[in-house]
Amino acid sequence: MVQLTLPKNSRVTEGKTWPKPSAGNVTPFKVYRWNPDDGQNPRVDTFYVDRDDCGPMVLDGLNWIKSKVDSTLAYRRSCREGICGSCAMNIDGVNTLACTKGMDDCASGGTVKIYPLPHMPVIKDLVPDLTQFYAQHASIEPWLKTDTRAPGAEWKQSREDREKLDGLYECILCACCSTSCPSYWWNGDRYLGPAALLQAYRWLIDSRDERTGERLDDLEDPFKLYRCHTIMNCANACPKGLNPAKAIAEIKSMMVQRKF
Amino acid sequence: MDSPKAAPRARPLSPHLQIYRPVLSMVMSIVHRITGAALYGGTALVAIWLVSAASGPSAFAMAQTVYGSIIGQLILFLYTWTLIHHALGGVRHLIWDTGRGFELQQREFLYRLTLGGSITLTIVVWIAALLLRGA
Repeated sequence: MVQLTLPKNSRVTEGKTWPKPSAGNVTPFKVYRWNPDDGQNPRVDTFYVDRDDCGPMVLDGLNWIKSKVDSTLAYRRSCREGICGSCAMNIDGVNTLACTKGMDDCASGGTVKIYPLPHMPVIKDLVPDLTQFYAQHASIEPWLKTDTRAPGAEWKQSREDREKLDGLYECILCACCSTSCPSYWWNGDRYLGPAALLQAYRWLIDSRDERTGERLDDLEDPFKLYRCHTIMNCANACPKGLNPAKAIAEIKSMMVQRKF
Repeated sequence: MDSPKAAPRARPLSPHLQIYRPVLSMVMSIVHRITGAALYGGTALVAIWLVSAASGPSAFAMAQTVYGSIIGQLILFLYTWTLIHHALGGVRHLIWDTGRGFELQQREFLYRLTLGGSITLTIVVWIAALLLRGA
């Protein structure tokens, strides 16, 4: 259901301002904090990152804060090169990966504003609960399904058919797209969201998969697929430059075409 | 689990509309919704005007006076834009339904075309209407 405002326990309050280093080259960070143990509402803390002591990316800034200022700051990170999808968060108002977003690319007056991925239950600070997101991905059964007997070696595919998977297989499941989608915000319990649907299309269009009809039957639902209203936030947000909105349009088109 | 834990505190919902940057794509989608809903009111205006015409000269004269007042004209002007903007938005969605126009430049072009087109056409329609009335 559409609820435009935040529930009472989720309203964000003014947080702590941490000491400013004496260095000349400093970038302010405004970071969403929530501690499950202190019984308080979420707050936004202000940190000052010493740019001469730290790399250029937003993730470098967070790492600097965690090691130099406040070690209790919680966020996910791993590869620091845009391939694991762990450090997805809302930076400067748009969902992206902290490791591939430069601090200097943040438009809001030099201040880096960081929130968790939008409209998600928060576990701590910048760590959202992605249980449902992963369950939705599992629900589209993202693996090859066949009925014919398996060949001795690999399932073969022409170059042209393989090319159809470009722009689909690269998804790293960071959840930037799904959590940028207002339709997913309001109906995330029943609408699969752009990430799961992009993967659904990845298996629908795979020439080797033999359960296309069954997969389409499963998506033929007013909520699972058709809550996409082509808002396009997903395509704008994807840090890998993929286009879930287009993939969803292709699924809708397959739904129509199979009726003829 | 060796010891029972205290009930976990309800997790807060992370901010969404409050913090998301109003990118053109999202704003155009919201405006499409709002104009769509506003058209109910606009259609009612047309219906009232037609019913008044069917009810007789005095009722029609009354409707003409109200619709012809400055506020009436302003509302009709906004209704014209709402109608054209929503219709052009519908055409945009029709193009998307064919699987075309999804690339970044194409999207931005379609948004600008919708917005520029609706404003231009509204002004053209009103200039034409005012000229016809004057003639």
